[in-house]
Amino acid sequence: MSKLIPIPDELSKPFWDAVNEKRLIVQQCADCPTLQYPPRPTCQDCGSESMGWKEVEGKGHILSFFVVYDGRYQVRIPDQPYNVAIVALDEEPRINFYANLPGTPVKQVPIGAPVELIFEEVAPGQLIHDWKVVE
Amino acid sequence: MTTDFTGEYTGYRRDKPGLGLWPHQGKVAIVGWGMSPVDRRWDGVSMDKTYGAYGMMAVQQALDDAGVDRSEVDGMFVCPETGAGATGGSSADWGPYRSYFEPPYDSEYGLSRLNAKWLIDNMPGFDNVRFAPSNVPSIGEQMGMTAQAVADGHCDVALLVYGMNNFEGRYRHGGENASPEARGNRQWNAPWSSGDGLQLTGAITIQQYCARYGGSFEELIAPAVINEHRNGLMHSWGFYTLHGPSGLTFEDYVNARPVLWPCRIWDCDRPVNAVGAFLFATAERAKDMKQQPLWVLNHNGGQGGTVRSSQETLDESEEARAQVAGMVYEGSGLHAEDVDIFNPYDGYSFFLPLTLEGFQWHGVKKGESQAFFNGDISVEGPHPFTPGGGNLGVGRTRTAMYIDSIEQLRGQAGERQVTIKNGRPETAICAFAPARSAAYIVLSNATP
Repeated sequence: MSKLIPIPDELSKPFWDAVNEKRLIVQQCADCPTLQYPPRPTCQDCGSESMGWKEVEGKGHILSFFVVYDGRYQVRIPDQPYNVAIVALDEEPRINFYANLPGTPVKQVPIGAPVELIFEEVAPGQLIHDWKVVE
Repeated sequence: MTTDFTGEYTGYRRDKPGLGLWPHQGKVAIVGWGMSPVDRRWDGVSMDKTYGAYGMMAVQQALDDAGVDRSEVDGMFVCPETGAGATGGSSADWGPYRSYFEPPYDSEYGLSRLNAKWLIDNMPGFDNVRFAPSNVPSIGEQMGMTAQAVADGHCDVALLVYGMNNFEGRYRHGGENASPEARGNRQWNAPWSSGDGLQLTGAITIQQYCARYGGSFEELIAPAVINEHRNGLMHSWGFYTLHGPSGLTFEDYVNARPVLWPCRIWDCDRPVNAVGAFLFATAERAKDMKQQPLWVLNHNGGQGGTVRSSQETLDESEEARAQVAGMVYEGSGLHAEDVDIFNPYDGYSFFLPLTLEGFQWHGVKKGESQAFFNGDISVEGPHPFTPGGGNLGVGRTRTAMYIDSIEQLRGQAGERQVTIKNGRPETAICAFAPARSAAYIVLSNATP
């Protein structure tokens, strides 16, 4: 399965560096309890510019999904149809991640089911995070 | 072109709650409209069916509708983008799939682009255009920009032109979408997904909606889509009227090919080649024109709500719609029960239930759309939802919502004329407002 390769920028480099070490981190505000993902320059809740990082456990639940039969990304066309799900992070349910749920048959996505973090290499030395249904 | 102002016009947007009643009610009216036929794409041969030719046709129809001479127009608001490029933007950048003769030729204008200068140069008689901003947005906010410019005295008779263009091939499948890399915001969705923006936003939240409120996507949406097709066929100019197919059934719908399952091809508006035009005027100028003035009660732009993480959730979608509805109602002074004609945006069908519930039109609240859509939503019935047929009913013109609202308020909608209030509705809300967009305009045939 070919996937688009994320190109880190200044803000996201720590995140992708962690993913390449098979760790999932999210932003943590130094001035309030907020955790947030994707990273932003400031805290969504208090506006603080003092944003650090926190490693999270990598457990979540499936919120919703759809199936791509006819998408726009050229490199993914050979993979169609494939699932795209949204996973809410258990440690902070306001954070959600996209997922392809490898191993889950197309359309057979169990909404509400627990998922665990996995990693996939999409280019030499570049991993991405994905999620897998807990058996 | 001797236009005095061709720069960027800013400050026209009403894009947040708390702005109060639009202070220009009774000062600006829509007085005319025109619409070209809707084709799938230009055939590459017929010069009377080009994008430019259709633009001129729509403009002249709008002027004739109002009984206005070209020389009376002093404002021109032409959207330069069709959204039909490699990843959006202009179709002019969609070169690889040209169906017609190769460059060089003198201009893309008239073939894939329109602007005020081209129309003025090619339609003799527009001698008094003094305000023609360059930064005209797509039709949702374009309506508001035009109304506000008239209200603020920049022009007295303003022409709005909006078109969609569709070349051979598939637009929005090029540029970044053909790249193996995901940069910027795309790094957070593209590696796992199919595309960004509305596709993701809508397809996922509507699945969440069905899981929360019960019922299948098909049971929820199919009645609304079928109703839109029926209504769309009652326009003389719509794609399906001119080119078919007609008579969409539930079986047709459920057996259609999936795009982003559960969304099927009938849930997605068909890209087309067509141009619409609308004429706005001050109250002073409108009173002597052919048609009954339809007063602008309010316009809005920007977006409602916020999205906290990667993907907009159902809660965020509902909150955003409610906030947008609040802005629209606040600025117009109307409440849900005051709105007779409701023509929200439907470029993807899954916008409809959330928008309906956000506005609570006909009292529909969260999770109640399925029951509502499975009731009588026909134009003949007590709940004539999207009587214009929207984009799903006529093709991706983004004009049906406005044209139908105008015709309904004038009593000129023919077969589509609603029967509520003895066929004389008084108010309308219409929009090209995808997802959390607040780009709505509110009209009334009663002098405020």
